Amino acid sequence: MQRRQFLQAGSGLVVSFSFALNAQGQTQGQITAKSMVKTQVGAWLGMGADGRVTVYSGKVDLGTGVRTALMQMVAEELDVDLSHIDMVMGDTLTTLDQGQSAGSLSLQNGGATLRQAAASARHALLATTASRWQVSVDNLVVNSGVISTRQGDRKISYAALLDGTPLNVPLDPKVPLKAYVDHKIVGQSVARVDIPAKLTGTFVYMHDFKLPGMLHARMIRPSGQGGKLLHVDDSAARKVNGFVKVVRKQDFLAVVCKTEWAAVKAARALKTKWATSDTLPDQAQLYDYWRKLPVAKNEAVIKTGDARQALAGAAKRLQATYDFAPHTHGSIGPSCAVADFKDGSCTVWSASQATHSLQAELATVLDIPKDRIRMVYLDGAGCYGRNGHEDCSGDAALVSQLAGAPVRVQWMRADEHGWDPKSPPTLVDMEGGLDAAGQPVAWRSEFFIAQANGTLEEFPLLAAVLSGVKRNGHYTGNLQKNADVLYQFPNIQTEVHRLADTAFRTSHLRTPGRMQNTFANEAFFDELAAAAGADPLQWRLTYLKEPRARAVLEDVARLSKWQSRPSPLAQTSDDLLRGRGVSFVKYDNERTFVALVAEVEVNRKTGAIRVTDVWCSHDCGQVINPDGAINQIEGGIVQTISRTLLEELHFDRTHVTSTDWASYPILRFPDVPRIHVSLINRPEMPVWGAGEMAPTVVPSAISNAVFDATGVRLRSVPFLPAKVKAAGVA
Amino acid sequence: MKYQLNVNGKPVTTEADSDTPLLYVLRDNLGLQGPKYGCGLGQCGACTVLIDGRAVRSCVTSVASLKGGNIVTLEGLGTPEKPHPVQQAFIDEQAAQCGYCINGMVMQSVDLLSKNPRPSEGLIQQALAANLCRCGTHTRIVKAVKRASDALAMIPVKTLKKG
Repeated sequence: MQRRQFLQAGSGLVVSFSFALNAQGQTQGQITAKSMVKTQVGAWLGMGADGRVTVYSGKVDLGTGVRTALMQMVAEELDVDLSHIDMVMGDTLTTLDQGQSAGSLSLQNGGATLRQAAASARHALLATTASRWQVSVDNLVVNSGVISTRQGDRKISYAALLDGTPLNVPLDPKVPLKAYVDHKIVGQSVARVDIPAKLTGTFVYMHDFKLPGMLHARMIRPSGQGGKLLHVDDSAARKVNGFVKVVRKQDFLAVVCKTEWAAVKAARALKTKWATSDTLPDQAQLYDYWRKLPVAKNEAVIKTGDARQALAGAAKRLQATYDFAPHTHGSIGPSCAVADFKDGSCTVWSASQATHSLQAELATVLDIPKDRIRMVYLDGAGCYGRNGHEDCSGDAALVSQLAGAPVRVQWMRADEHGWDPKSPPTLVDMEGGLDAAGQPVAWRSEFFIAQANGTLEEFPLLAAVLSGVKRNGHYTGNLQKNADVLYQFPNIQTEVHRLADTAFRTSHLRTPGRMQNTFANEAFFDELAAAAGADPLQWRLTYLKEPRARAVLEDVARLSKWQSRPSPLAQTSDDLLRGRGVSFVKYDNERTFVALVAEVEVNRKTGAIRVTDVWCSHDCGQVINPDGAINQIEGGIVQTISRTLLEELHFDRTHVTSTDWASYPILRFPDVPRIHVSLINRPEMPVWGAGEMAPTVVPSAISNAVFDATGVRLRSVPFLPAKVKAAGVA
Repeated sequence: MKYQLNVNGKPVTTEADSDTPLLYVLRDNLGLQGPKYGCGLGQCGACTVLIDGRAVRSCVTSVASLKGGNIVTLEGLGTPEKPHPVQQAFIDEQAAQCGYCINGMVMQSVDLLSKNPRPSEGLIQQALAANLCRCGTHTRIVKAVKRASDALAMIPVKTLKKG
């Protein structure tokens, strides 16, 4: 292929932009153009005359480290140095929609596309060089972006070859990728590119981004969910030094000021009157309320044999109900966004995990076409799902439109805790039967989970709902996943009921559904094992056939020096009772395998649980960055210990009442266990995620460990000391 | 009101309402973005700065309440090119995920190590007990503080004083 053809091959949609943004969202003055056709390499990669490669990723980092891992994947396939790669993530002007950065799919899906683009580019550049030099492609090698003959007599860099023309060659989804044995960058624990700047205060977070002439706003929310604004008195707010105006659209209300502190003070000084109604259930009766809700939809029943009949004939029958409290995302930095609405268009700087779909969410709020909205992603505080970032982006956009100025909105702590979307409650009924020999003959489960309907465009975004734009969706993530077990029992029946409510405004929170469902499944599995007098780890191996499932269990048994015996452990007279528990998951029953052992101490006097050690064996296929994966796994384990032991949303009939870290405590340093992670790297296998897999098994492993220590079964998350005592620990 | 402050070794004059928390003065008036707004309640530690070497929650410290004192922010400790030993230790341990809390972790650790250069793991956990991290980076942070403690022990006292 001749150089001119790089230019000609890429017909179709091309975006031209008068300014580009660097990785930190700041403008760089240059006029450039790039393809926005997903079948073209130029949509994903750009190569500058200076030899730098720009990667355009629709998936965003969110503080997980996938930015660095994606760079490794591209550098490997393209044979360029990691330090020559710049990442643009989630800018809707220049990146394509690769779906939300959710579900631990950024490397599995997002990375796969970038790899194909990089490999396609490398193949095209080599083919061009081969024809130009009249040599065979097999006689060419690439090092650090420089093509040379094997003999080394001729050399040309990618940049010189392209000479400033765009990389307009087709992306070949079947392009051969490098054999894993040739990997030099993939599989290495490369240091994260963002960490030095984050450690020295030079990293530009969403919260640090500023525009010239930018005003500051604070939101004023209803006194309860579904509240209607009756009256606003701004006489005191007007006296605040730097006050600019109050903006209102129906129940959407904000103060706009010249400085941030003035906005905080004006928001406090604004007097409002709201009409509220009891929209929330009674917290004390949450699961009664939940069970009595009408069923909106039943998922297809998963069935092997006849569980009901087998239960009727079982020698021993067990029944138990599990519940799991609603949680908040709890980002350390409350959500923040900057928006500039001008001449019927709006640019929004946002830490959203879903900038592309957010364009559509905002379009009806602003009443402009979605292609007039540009979302620019900047890293914010960790969100662990859909927290307040998206709502805050809507707030900033609408405030900017109403105020006629560029505006920065930062939520206060009470806004984040009180108004980010929550994870819904979960209720599970379990039933199992053993035959006279202690073999499991029946497994029956019934899941009561929140309904889900509508697309993201129908998400009840606060700026939409409060300003009078109808949004009827219920969005919770794929809560039904991992309801069915992989154990090869002769009779299984799994029913999943989608209830006609979500109790709260909900969204996905790390490991949605899989965590709650696996809590019930894996804890009840141990109930059956204990009834059979079997070792719970050995029992799992007995009923799991897949080699990779067995491998993580065998690995974690070795790591934790698991002693084969049934639970519970013989009691001692000590105040501190110690025990261990195991849990297993194949995430979504189709990817990443995890087995985890938790060791706990239970204080029989106070009911307090302390997790002292965790061993985790993790198989997510080909590992791109081992240390990055381990960082995610460790973090997921700690966060989920916090959720399991401490966390539950508090609310009265009108609003969430756990609005700070005192009313919604999370795990602190002295209670963090030692964590030992074993990655089973399978470089010959596809890449799977590592962000939300290990959390799946944490609540059940702790419940199983507490049972081992005390003989008491905990079936209700969180395992607060009072609940532990009430369950019978004495 | 005009306030004279000493920030990262330099005298600065800034104008703010007397009730303005130091955090807003640092971030918005002086462009120092190391300290972060996390809760505004002194509950999480993301806003921590050093005043005369002691860790202080800048979100609940009004600018008018400051009686002189040398204020040091994350930027004042070191740069990406020349990080402070504690910053370097966090980088070496890859002790950050989203990194929003990490300012507070570093500042609190600098305070700890100035009082107790060789803290045990338990002491480090106690010293950081009022600093919250949601990503679950705790074990790496503790390792980083240990590493910083080891690194600082290698630096001659003379050099430290000069710095």
